[in-house]
Amino acid sequence: MLDLSKNYFELFGMSVGYVIDIQKIRQRYRDLQRVVHPDRYVNATEHEQRLAMQGSVYINEAFETLKDPLLRAQYLLRLHGVDFDPDTETTTDTGFLMEQLELREELSEIPRQADPMDAASHFMDRVSTMFNRLISSMAIDFEMPDEKQLQVAREKVRKMQFLKKLHTEAEIVEARLEEEML
Amino acid sequence: MALLQIAEPGESDAPHQHRLAAGIDLGTTNSLVAAVRSGEAQTLADTQGEHLLPSVVAYTNSGIIVGEEAQQQQIIDPLNTISSIKRLMGRGVEDLRLLGSELPYRFAATDSAVPRIQTRRGNVTPVEISAEILKVLQQRAEEALGGALSGVVVTVPAYFDDAQRQATKDAANLAGLNVFRLLNEPTAAAIAYGLDKSADGIHAIYDLGGGTFDISILRLNKGLFEVMGTGGDSALGGDDFDHHIAEWIIEQAGITQPDASLQRQLMQTARSIKETLTLHERADIEVSSIGWQGELDRHTFKQLVDPLIRKTIVACRRALRGAGVTVDEIEDVVMVGGSTRVPRVRQLVGEFFGREPLVDIDPDRVVAIGAAVQADILAGNKPDEEILLLDVTPLSLGIETMGGLVETIIPRNTTIPVARAQEFTTFKDGQSAMAVHVVQGERDLVADCRSLARFELRGIPPMVAGAARIRVTFQVDADGLLSVEAEEQTQHVKARIEVKPSYGLSDNEIADMLRASMEHAEEDVKFRQLREQQVEAERVIEALTAALAKDGKQLLDNEERQQIDAALQQLQLLADGDDAAAIEDGIKALEQSCDFYVERRMNSSIHDAMAGHNIHEFEAPEK
Repeated sequence: MLDLSKNYFELFGMSVGYVIDIQKIRQRYRDLQRVVHPDRYVNATEHEQRLAMQGSVYINEAFETLKDPLLRAQYLLRLHGVDFDPDTETTTDTGFLMEQLELREELSEIPRQADPMDAASHFMDRVSTMFNRLISSMAIDFEMPDEKQLQVAREKVRKMQFLKKLHTEAEIVEARLEEEML
Repeated sequence: MALLQIAEPGESDAPHQHRLAAGIDLGTTNSLVAAVRSGEAQTLADTQGEHLLPSVVAYTNSGIIVGEEAQQQQIIDPLNTISSIKRLMGRGVEDLRLLGSELPYRFAATDSAVPRIQTRRGNVTPVEISAEILKVLQQRAEEALGGALSGVVVTVPAYFDDAQRQATKDAANLAGLNVFRLLNEPTAAAIAYGLDKSADGIHAIYDLGGGTFDISILRLNKGLFEVMGTGGDSALGGDDFDHHIAEWIIEQAGITQPDASLQRQLMQTARSIKETLTLHERADIEVSSIGWQGELDRHTFKQLVDPLIRKTIVACRRALRGAGVTVDEIEDVVMVGGSTRVPRVRQLVGEFFGREPLVDIDPDRVVAIGAAVQADILAGNKPDEEILLLDVTPLSLGIETMGGLVETIIPRNTTIPVARAQEFTTFKDGQSAMAVHVVQGERDLVADCRSLARFELRGIPPMVAGAARIRVTFQVDADGLLSVEAEEQTQHVKARIEVKPSYGLSDNEIADMLRASMEHAEEDVKFRQLREQQVEAERVIEALTAALAKDGKQLLDNEERQQIDAALQQLQLLADGDDAAAIEDGIKALEQSCDFYVERRMNSSIHDAMAGHNIHEFEAPEK
């Protein structure tokens, strides 16, 4: 059966690190699911079906984690022994937190802008840019993952969580605007 | 035990045994069955040459009739003629009130969570009624293919919740069908198109039926169908077009209070106007009962239906965003459902996606055709087939927490199969039980979501509040069906509960129905059981023999081989006898003695799948 003790990177035949090749990951995902997925075991014994199910679940989880920049960073932190619980982690960077407050205020003003759809779209672009900047600076932190670098990465992940949440909220605002336009 | 299925694509050297399989589109208005014959998937017709089977079941004095003939009973005997039963699948007695006055049936008072409709042949559940439709389709397929079906793929709307899926599967089982897989309708349509064109890229499936709208975004890459996101509106469809037209007539004709009979008549008139306008610029209207005549042109029609179509476009935009893709990335738009025949729908959808929608395959048949292709693959008839489907959960799954709030455990659009766990703790000192309430939906409040199941976890060891760690695990299988387990972690007290949906039938109820449906004599039942076990034993022996011939030498040592051979011979002996129970035990025993071999084979195929790659390939930078 599938070796569930392998970490996600090993499972996908890659070296442990933040930089990934999404095409290769996708290809490996396909290769793995093609032999493990329950659809291949429709006529099989319950035992085989259970194994296929477990394996397929694990491969899905690994794929989801590896392809997502935030989940991948959180996973890497845990692999390097940082006890990271997304629900309790929060940044203490007051400059960043101030900026977040301002952004939130700006978001709440969007429905009252002259062209709210355009404003929402620009707002999301800005949040994405900030998020992407953190992604591109993250790779180096995991190249020599000593204690100091890991803490740097951890702080970036906390900020990514803020930005992701903000982006999701902006999406909700945009969706609401669209519905009102009907 | 289909060890055959593990064979690497292209390597299957076992004698090719064709298994009969079919795809079934169990629709609200019409149902279809399709199968792959001579390499081509096609819908199957009845003796009159009709492909569509009206999803209507009539319980008459002389028996149960299904389809066109039942439809004719509707006016004469409305209470005993059931149509649109799909709307009631997986629904509870309480839901009936919400579905409201449209239901012209008499419901029986019952203790069960599942509603029962009174007919002159007794009280029947939606599952039993659907099973009658499935039996007719099964018979049609078996006559056309010349043998018993080894299994079927049954399609369900992508937005169907857990209870609705479970009810559909129960109906198929009750009809005596082996369900290979439940398949989402838009995904089935994508298979029907994807195979023909083998177009890699991202595709949108726009499915507008009579009463529902579904949009799915899929990525197709070298045979892998990855559903990236789904969305839709379970209360928006072509029937709403008719409503708007009927309302327009009421206004134009100055009708003040139309009675129920006139309403029905107007809806029929509206439908035929809609159909006329798909081909012509204008349609004449005549409402004879009130002596009114008029005309509706395409321009006015547009004004009536555009708001509805725009609603679907908003859902499309949302689905795209959920999938993280832009309109420009969409390669093709596939049209499914009878309502996509309306030219205005095609036009607006085409404008939104910036390309001409695909309409090559009959929108009424495309789902059944896709299901047939998938059934053929799952049956193992195409060992070289590269197609693999990865679908998603259409709705978020969660449990109720303090204050009637929902804690999401598996968000919508997560690829299945999936298992996710969440830990909870006790609220009071010494608390020994915990109620778990499983819900499905996108809203924050439990009251706004669909209640799927409730169960209680008992036997939690006494601890101070907050010390217990109760891990609740949600698992959604490849059919999209949920099971939930809960266990206390700190003291390793395991209390597991398999959850049946609140609105589902209990195993006992299903067993009773099965017994009732088999009106054979006792011996018939026994004979059937024996034949079933013999066929199963033959299948297992054949599969194992083929597997052993292929890699038995490489994967097994002498002792292991002898052990398996002995179990194989034992089963062969039993299969030649007439004791069904003994054969069943023999199959189990053989399977058990092969467990290690099965694992080895799976490992070996995973190893082979990974061979030819090396770590250096993966070191290229992102993008």
